[in-house]
Amino acid sequence: MTGLDLRNLGVTLRQRQVFRDVSVTISEGEMVGLIGPNGAGKTSLMRAALGLVTHSGHSSLAQLTARERARTVAWMPQSREIAWPITVERLVALGRLPHLSPSGFIPEKDQVLIDQAIDRLDLGPLRQRAASRLSGGEQARALIARAVAQNTPVLMADEPIAGLDPAHQISTMRIFRDLANEGRAVLVSIHDLGLAARHCTRLILLAEGGVLADGPPAQVLSPELMARAFGISVWHENMALGPVFQPLEVVR
Amino acid sequence: MIRLMGVLTLCVLGLFLLSLTIGPAAVPATESLTALFSTDYGPLTLVMREIRLPRAILAIVIGAGLGLAGAAMQGYLRNPLAEPGLIGVSGSAALGAVLAIHTGLAASSTLALPFAALTGAVTGVALIMILAGPRGGSLTLILAGIAISALAGALTSLVLNLSPNPFAANEIVFWMMGSLADRSMVHVWLALPFFCVGAALITWTARGLDALTLGEDAAETLGINLSQMRILLVLGTAAIVGGGTAVAGAIGFVGLVVPHILRPMVGASPSRLLWASALGGAVMLQLADIAVRVILPARDLKLGVVTALVGAPLFLHLIYKTRRELL
Repeated sequence: MTGLDLRNLGVTLRQRQVFRDVSVTISEGEMVGLIGPNGAGKTSLMRAALGLVTHSGHSSLAQLTARERARTVAWMPQSREIAWPITVERLVALGRLPHLSPSGFIPEKDQVLIDQAIDRLDLGPLRQRAASRLSGGEQARALIARAVAQNTPVLMADEPIAGLDPAHQISTMRIFRDLANEGRAVLVSIHDLGLAARHCTRLILLAEGGVLADGPPAQVLSPELMARAFGISVWHENMALGPVFQPLEVVR
Repeated sequence: MIRLMGVLTLCVLGLFLLSLTIGPAAVPATESLTALFSTDYGPLTLVMREIRLPRAILAIVIGAGLGLAGAAMQGYLRNPLAEPGLIGVSGSAALGAVLAIHTGLAASSTLALPFAALTGAVTGVALIMILAGPRGGSLTLILAGIAISALAGALTSLVLNLSPNPFAANEIVFWMMGSLADRSMVHVWLALPFFCVGAALITWTARGLDALTLGEDAAETLGINLSQMRILLVLGTAAIVGGGTAVAGAIGFVGLVVPHILRPMVGASPSRLLWASALGGAVMLQLADIAVRVILPARDLKLGVVTALVGAPLFLHLIYKTRRELL
């Protein structure tokens, strides 16, 4: 089975129930945006789906062995951590770690995947640079390349575009969308609803301790739901240039 | 990378030969090295086999261990300021040894002191495993290590405080400075198994250390079992540091400085740093042990004093050079 299957997933942290009864299926080819107000549990939901936090209910990923999971899903945490000044090439190669023998030798076919990931994110000129000394946008690209090199059917990223400039935000969303179009299941949490409207095939709105809405962006980003979940009024129009979404005012 | 390992290996071998030919008895190098392999059991052969050889071997084993453990700790904690003593094992081993000296147990047999130190080390590890637990994060490990170090340090001071006469206090203080003088092959056979076991455990974590470059969450989803890795690392470091401290006393700065110096030369990769740092540690401790014998041969200069005297300024220089990145 590919994709991601969650049934009645719930997380309780320090005796506070973050969310419960989340049942969601994400199939290959889908680019799903996870939206919701701060503290709604977007990160907890993704970590629970991965089996990184204790949870109730069922997640298709959490029941895999660590090794199988590493070959099924690539996970990009929100903190873009690069502890040492290793080269970009070595950083991207870390994505192949679950597939390599303990000797660390990189066979030809793995090197091809590494090179493809580097080319895909235009990291060629930065290949031999120390990854920890790159700019924020470059680091984000290098870390996405790492996840791409892992070459898994499922990709999950926690706020991958936070802190990037508009051009990098758009191109990052494009890359995720392309990866979904190639047949992967992609789940990204995102705060920029305008970009979510344009690039995601489907949105999941996490609020009030569960899934408040789940469907195509046009349906989830309705004025009623936005007022209820975020307390904002919005302007949402389908134009010749595609859907345009703009939050306007705080209404409560 | 291969060149670096080659150069370091040559340095280790060269210094090993140099170490064998240095001593209070001024004997030409060729003569002493022939005596090492001769079968006549003359006095020179005895000096070579029973005094110089164990000392030279111990410098390599303990130096390599400290370098390896230091690289592993820095990789695991993702902090270039980490060092093997951080988990409190050297402190608790020292406490065991100090107790042995204080109670007079150390005078009863050659192995009494090392065994007391090992007992201290095992107690320290047991405590840290209970405190940091199988599910604790790296921060718990550091805090537990600091607490145990502080406790062991306080108890060591208490023993010093209560020592019956200045000579006992003197002996304790000198022992704590660390030395390889007058060690025998028995000490080598005692330290070597601990080094081998510790090195094997740490080598096992190499992949995990690489993955941890991306943080704990990302490492876990790359298939790394973090709690297993932490146990391997703590036990490996404890075996190396415990065994080393038991036979040579507390030797600081090797595990801190060596990984730091070599990191840029291996492309900062934590797994590659492990063995480079082991060789580097052997080089540094051999150099220090040779310096001890050459600079003030008559005054029994202590090894730990020299490593700290050389290591601290070197470290300051490195911090000065890299302070922009650290901040």
